Amino acid sequence: MPERRTKTIRTDYLARVEGEGAMQVTIDGGEVSDVKLKIYEPPRFFEAFLRGRAFTEAPDITARICGICPVAYQMSAVRAMEQICGVEVDGQLRALRRLLYCGEWIESHALHVFMLHLPDFLGFESAIEVAREQPELVSRALELKKTGNDLMTVVGGREVHPINVRVGGWYRAPRKRELAPLREKLERAREIALEAVRVTAGLDFPDYEQDYELVALSQPGQYPIDRGRIVSNRGLDIAVSEYDEHFVEEHVEWSNALHSSLRERGSYLCGPLARFALGYDELSPLAREAAGEAGVGPDERNPFRSIVVRSVELVYAADEALRLIAEYEEPDAPAVELEPRAGVGFGCTEAPRGILYHRYRIDDEGTILDAKIVPPTSQNQRTIEEDLRGVVERSLDIPDQELTLLCEQTIRNYDPCISCATHFLDLQVERR
Amino acid sequence: MHLVRDPLPGPPGGAPLRVVCIGNRWRGDDAAGLEVAGLLRETLPAKVQVLEREGEPTALMSAWDGAEAVWLVDAVSSGAEAGAVHRLDVSEEPLPAGLFRASTHHFGLADAIELARALGRLPEHTIVYGIEGARFTAGGELTPEVAAAVPGVAASIRRELGECTSRR
Repeated sequence: MPERRTKTIRTDYLARVEGEGAMQVTIDGGEVSDVKLKIYEPPRFFEAFLRGRAFTEAPDITARICGICPVAYQMSAVRAMEQICGVEVDGQLRALRRLLYCGEWIESHALHVFMLHLPDFLGFESAIEVAREQPELVSRALELKKTGNDLMTVVGGREVHPINVRVGGWYRAPRKRELAPLREKLERAREIALEAVRVTAGLDFPDYEQDYELVALSQPGQYPIDRGRIVSNRGLDIAVSEYDEHFVEEHVEWSNALHSSLRERGSYLCGPLARFALGYDELSPLAREAAGEAGVGPDERNPFRSIVVRSVELVYAADEALRLIAEYEEPDAPAVELEPRAGVGFGCTEAPRGILYHRYRIDDEGTILDAKIVPPTSQNQRTIEEDLRGVVERSLDIPDQELTLLCEQTIRNYDPCISCATHFLDLQVERR
Repeated sequence: MHLVRDPLPGPPGGAPLRVVCIGNRWRGDDAAGLEVAGLLRETLPAKVQVLEREGEPTALMSAWDGAEAVWLVDAVSSGAEAGAVHRLDVSEEPLPAGLFRASTHHFGLADAIELARALGRLPEHTIVYGIEGARFTAGGELTPEVAAAVPGVAASIRRELGECTSRR
């Protein structure tokens, strides 16, 4: 009988995250016997923290869950609360929300594409090495990210954790003259984003595809960002209020983070690849053209190419922000008046890394009775594990160190919230 | 309730001397740097710019862009006693690994410094003050040892700024 050979690829500690994460892949006798992605996520703590607080506080409290996508938390929270109050925030107030969201997408995608993911493809340990080799490219990446920061500052009042968002609208609507200086910066950002598409399209990609169930928001005529129904490429088409009927969360013993899946269907993927596939027709002509030249289309299923898709979304976000600013008219009032009433509300918006679901129940006074928050990383967890399994199965013969890096890269395809730390992964390969 | 009438200072102008204080008021001892900013702002000449940042790397780099000298103040977690103060001259050398391990920043101060150095955007004179924190839990206050260390750090920076100004 041939000797069975077991090896374990493991990360024990992810530094610089709120909470801890780890990864372990076990290869037993030439087969992948076990894959575990362990995330200890903070949102559960926040759900308890929200109970007893005023409904108006939800956007500011939940924004603190994440320093990379606070706008997503604010937007899902205000949507849910406004639904309870029976108010639809539309017109320029909504346009401003979409504009703020574009700022977050630019910030987050620019960080991930250039600082966290690109080094994997170039064989560098970090963005600092990329900066030494290609300083002009990294300078432009920082300029792009800074435009996202500037947009957040003008509309949100601060570049991280915006303070201007409230249930019903805004504390203060920006003046037209305040938005005007952003146009030139956004035009430049769009050029840099187009360059990002060209640069990333020319990278070498591992040969790997999966037949995912892709889940994203959908609203006719608009690329998914701030609202819509929840749809998939396999026929799912539900209102956000039906989320809990179709999606389940379950505890797995190796992780504090709940695993999400579609009831009786299993894992699914949310994020740029899903949005791009399902919302392709709603992209701006320029973004679609850039995608076409880069060789990615709605049938793209290679998760490593998400770096190209993110770059296309950077083009879109800059383009969309320019459109919103060009069409902006100062609203009469910065917010819609509303009164709390007892009820349950649902909000779902597209965080840079995928759909972020909030559900709240409040009483007549507007006090939050309970809250549920399902972040995109939690939803993608199972798919990340399946990708790790698939990628390792195809790469059993490569040296441990390369395999370890490939596993890290596979996790980073999803820009998980733990991606903050994934460049500091302490990976171990164990052979028995 | 927020008062959001022009809540932000304008973009950093041309001040040659800057103090950039980094932290998060919602995370216990992580607010140490911001407390230093509070003490300094009241006592420094207007030509020295005191800025508060959350640690986001591009914002940090813009905060010191174009400055001749910058003092950076942040909470650290290196295993030393709470309230211990580290002073590091990073003008030539990188920050020692591990000092900022407990930071909640996704791409932190050490990376921002090295990225700036690689791009030739690090001020000629760059000093980091690290205040050893003990608790970084959400919603917590400064631990007494950390609070006690804050005035000393502010005084040291004020003295260094004075020396720097008198040489100019």
